[in-house]
Amino acid sequence: MKRLASIAFATAIALFLQGCAGWQSALDPKGPAASELAWLIWFFTGLCAVVWVLVMAALAVPLMMRSRERLEPLVLDAGADNRKLRVVMTAVGLTAVILVGLTLLSFFANRTLAAIGSDAALTIRVTGHQWWWEVRYEDATPSRILTTANEIHIPAGEPVRLLLTSTDVIHSFWVPSLSGKLDLIPGRMNVLDIKADKPGVYRGQCAEFCGAQHANMGTFIIAEPRAKFDAWWNDQLQPAAAPSNDEAKTGEDLFLKRPCVMCHKIGGTPAGGTVAPDLTHVASRQTLAAGTLTMSRGNLAAWIADPQGVKPGSHMPVVDLSGDELNAIVAYLEGLK
Amino acid sequence: MSSADLTSERDLPPEREASAKGDVAPERDGPRDTGMDDASLHRWLTRTWRTPPGIIGALSSVDHKVIARRYLVTAFLFLCLGGLNAVAMRIQLSGPQRGLIGPDLYNQLFTMHGVTMMFLFAVPIVQATGIYLVPLMVGTRNIAFPRLNAFSYWVYVSGGLFAWVSFALSMAPDVGWFAYVPLSGPEYGPGKRADVWAQMITYTEVSSLAVAVATIVTVFKQRAPGMSLDKIPLYVWSLLVTSFVVVFAMPAVMITSTFLILDRLVGTHIFNPAEGGDALLFQHLFWFFGHPEVYIIFLPATGMVSAIIPAFARRPVFGHLGLVLSLIAVGFLSFGLWVHHMFATGLPKLGASFFTASSMMIAIPNGVQIFCWLATLWDGRPVIRTPLLFVFGFFFIFVIGGLTGVMLASVPLDLQVHDTYFVVAHFHYVLIGGAVFPLLGAAYFWFPKITGRMMSERLGRWHFWLALIGFNAAFFPMHIVGLWGMPRRVYTYPAELGWGNINLFISAGAVLFFLSFVLFAFNLVHSALKGAPAGDNPWDAGTLEWATSSPPPSYNFARIPVVTNVEPLWAEREALPVATGLRVDARELIISTVAEAHPDIREKSATPSIWPLLAAISVGGTFLYSIFTPWAIVWGAAPIAVTLIGWFWPKGDPEDEE
Amino acid sequence: MNQRPAMDISGLPTFGHGPRSPTWWGTLGFMALEGTGFALAAGAYLYLATLWPNWRLSAPQPNHWPGTIVTLLLIVSLVPNHMLNRYAKECAIGPVRIGMVVMSLLGVAPLIVRWFEFPALNIYWDTNAYGSMLWVLLGLHTTHLITDVGDTIVLTVLMFTHHGYSGRRFGDVGDNVFYWDFVVLTWIPIYLLIYWIPRLG
Repeated sequence: MKRLASIAFATAIALFLQGCAGWQSALDPKGPAASELAWLIWFFTGLCAVVWVLVMAALAVPLMMRSRERLEPLVLDAGADNRKLRVVMTAVGLTAVILVGLTLLSFFANRTLAAIGSDAALTIRVTGHQWWWEVRYEDATPSRILTTANEIHIPAGEPVRLLLTSTDVIHSFWVPSLSGKLDLIPGRMNVLDIKADKPGVYRGQCAEFCGAQHANMGTFIIAEPRAKFDAWWNDQLQPAAAPSNDEAKTGEDLFLKRPCVMCHKIGGTPAGGTVAPDLTHVASRQTLAAGTLTMSRGNLAAWIADPQGVKPGSHMPVVDLSGDELNAIVAYLEGLK
Repeated sequence: MSSADLTSERDLPPEREASAKGDVAPERDGPRDTGMDDASLHRWLTRTWRTPPGIIGALSSVDHKVIARRYLVTAFLFLCLGGLNAVAMRIQLSGPQRGLIGPDLYNQLFTMHGVTMMFLFAVPIVQATGIYLVPLMVGTRNIAFPRLNAFSYWVYVSGGLFAWVSFALSMAPDVGWFAYVPLSGPEYGPGKRADVWAQMITYTEVSSLAVAVATIVTVFKQRAPGMSLDKIPLYVWSLLVTSFVVVFAMPAVMITSTFLILDRLVGTHIFNPAEGGDALLFQHLFWFFGHPEVYIIFLPATGMVSAIIPAFARRPVFGHLGLVLSLIAVGFLSFGLWVHHMFATGLPKLGASFFTASSMMIAIPNGVQIFCWLATLWDGRPVIRTPLLFVFGFFFIFVIGGLTGVMLASVPLDLQVHDTYFVVAHFHYVLIGGAVFPLLGAAYFWFPKITGRMMSERLGRWHFWLALIGFNAAFFPMHIVGLWGMPRRVYTYPAELGWGNINLFISAGAVLFFLSFVLFAFNLVHSALKGAPAGDNPWDAGTLEWATSSPPPSYNFARIPVVTNVEPLWAEREALPVATGLRVDARELIISTVAEAHPDIREKSATPSIWPLLAAISVGGTFLYSIFTPWAIVWGAAPIAVTLIGWFWPKGDPEDEE
Repeated sequence: MNQRPAMDISGLPTFGHGPRSPTWWGTLGFMALEGTGFALAAGAYLYLATLWPNWRLSAPQPNHWPGTIVTLLLIVSLVPNHMLNRYAKECAIGPVRIGMVVMSLLGVAPLIVRWFEFPALNIYWDTNAYGSMLWVLLGLHTTHLITDVGDTIVLTVLMFTHHGYSGRRFGDVGDNVFYWDFVVLTWIPIYLLIYWIPRLG
């Protein structure tokens, strides 16, 4: 039995070490908030481990005892019980001290976290939908307001303010390597400040159960140097690229004639739907369907041809298309860089 | 009245004439047990207290032991069903992007797993154990309001069937056991699934509340003479505190589910932010129930630990008063923590910090309990038998769960781990470690009392190690994968996140843990048929349930014990002091005063009746129908009224009239 | 296990009134849980009222008169209710029968007025959350009113049969009195919440 337990333990440790390189891990912090939290997690874990070992040791004591079983249960040693009372009271006192300490610790950690975004210059409104994220970059100049979906580009090293809300059910925004999570609640607005220390791609996903496709509601924070970020914003403000060949042109026509246009927007075309992700620069994104598929021609085709197979229950309907029509639409979308 | 003749059972003395003023109620009399020899006493009491024969008789039973046995078996079956749900989920999650179970079924599975384990297994089984043991431990002949108790069982079993038949029809709720709005609301929860959740919850909680009231009154008013507050066994205290928590917590979930069904069925806007309602109101109401719910499950388990440890440590529990005060403190504090389930909703920071402090504070009374038990065990070498092994398992697992609970109480830390597998690990450590392990220990401990036979020690040890290893293998890695970013309630996950191997390991552990229950079931059946005879008091324990035969007779005690010590059987080893003077031709028992347990009234306990079953059917039918139309309440009122009148209308038995 | 007689309880009475009786405690238990339900519903109302700055959500004032009449009727009913309690304690069957008839009538009267109280709210349950909460609060109390009046009527009938003249029945009458007090007392805060507290702001 004991050997089995130690094998299990060793395996667990091995798995633990192997998985540390996650890009969606609270233990692999890439921003000041997550770093503070990772430190807090390790501190609590360490302290709790010590307490647990002490309790287990106290439990092991009677098992090691050589003394015999007690015969007369009601005959008690008053002196021994008094000593025990002192030990128990001390243990309770220590528990209280530890708990007060931890309460203060988390209070101050909370203050540190609150200070991170106090000077955020960039505000992004993130709206939860079943099952994707609408991302709107706020700007004093209306023409610079930018709407995109699922991938959030931010300047690295700068605090960014996210305004979180939802139009349908409750979702929760969580990118573990940057920060803790916060809910998106219809009728309310929450504020989450994040900051990425270095450029990189940080994955997150919805953390509040939101229905059929809760599992496939991923998001990516793409932190870039400021100059690259500004360039990206300017690119995204441009209307959609015109179709570059005949097939793509056919695809654009089909897109505008078929139900696609009811839900999706493509800037610079008559397509103006707002209930589904903005596709003006869809091909510049790394994934499709909120992190469900990587962006590629094949995956675009698969997603359009069989959305209910890729993401069962999603609100993307099956549109009846012939093979050629599907190829044309894919060719068109693929060009929307 | 030295020896009474059975044929004269209904040959009662003539009714005493009432005085002209009418200021005295009539009193009838019958044969008493004073001076009666044991054989006649047994014949009389058996005849008076028996459950009538035949199917109708069985359905009419009001014997707390019969009802409790049904409860226990039913709850165990629901545990198996909930466990199968879990195994199905674990197979789906054993690797990334597995296509075995789609989101529609998966969401029903985890909802049914939660609903079944919380509402159909955990709460009913701790209450059922109480229904069986509390009357025996306080030395009375039946639970208070025995017909209400029978009614509770019928409500519970029909509520459970309702949920599982819905599942079989693919109509089971798929919105989580917490059913947050708006996901469960009229706009985003189409079909009848969320309605099934709402009505099933309201309906089954009726049963929990009724049992809680019956338990409170049994403990307050039916204790054996001499069992003053300081001599009440800790297990009974734990059930008493739990019942109070039920009384003040369960109405919250009934209000929540009623508001939800109103929003869905008749178009109110209580949770609709567009019309002046609020989605978070649902969460406040739900968790005002939901957090105490954890303690409703956990407190009776601490009572079981407090009952098992003295029997094997061979001494009364150290710090009896401290443990009682801890129970009461936990009961109170459990109502002040609900917001820690809502830290991620973005509540004002100061308010959240208050709930951090209160959540931390509840660890103090729980710590007191742990330390007192350890101190009890320090007196010499404990006798190590299977029930005590499960108590050790409880320490091993529950302390981890308690400590991760301290982590979750910290607002900033919670924001990283909330709604991840870390939390899944945490509450399984708390609920399985804190409640299921003690329950398993309790099963080994009290099985001899219930069946008259011992459970196999050998199988018991195998069961213990299999359960301990399986449990930790299944749930410990969940802490880690949660920190790696895996959220709860996902039916699948992408391969590139690297969660595949650890999930496979978890699934293997889950299967192992499930197998431990198969072994347990085998041990139960095998021992019930072939176990060694137990005798009255196989563990030489000190509380009153061990004073009577195993299994106890329908009337529990031939004569009601008189209590002189918190462990009466240890204090009175030669002969148990008893009270005499009760009637034997009617179901008389002693009603005593609340604090001192002075005998005060000889009251009659209700006779068997089919009406509680009929009432449960009419109430259940009304709830079922109300999923489809609010008019069900109007149509259901008539049968409910008829069955309730039938229930309470006197039939002429002495139990009804006096 | 061996036994030795240590106490003789043959002289104890077979029924008791008030806190001596288990039924009284059971009734108290149900009052506690139903009272919690009332408190939570009222809490939900106040929560929404403080959440929305323009509470009442531009709905018209309710007409308080039917509610006020119900309140007065309920308060008046407490007097015969407690007289009935005294007769039940004295086990005086005649006055108890009369008292039960009076209490049945005094139970039906507020129910009739209650019928007119719902339209006097001047809003429907499905108009907005304010209307929903008003109907919920009033509905919750009405449910208690109906069930207790039904209970009272059945017990009244029972008191006129040969089952009526027993200690247990007098105890039942006492518990009925107790529960009616609860129905009256829970109404007062709900009355204030529906009709008067919104007028304060």
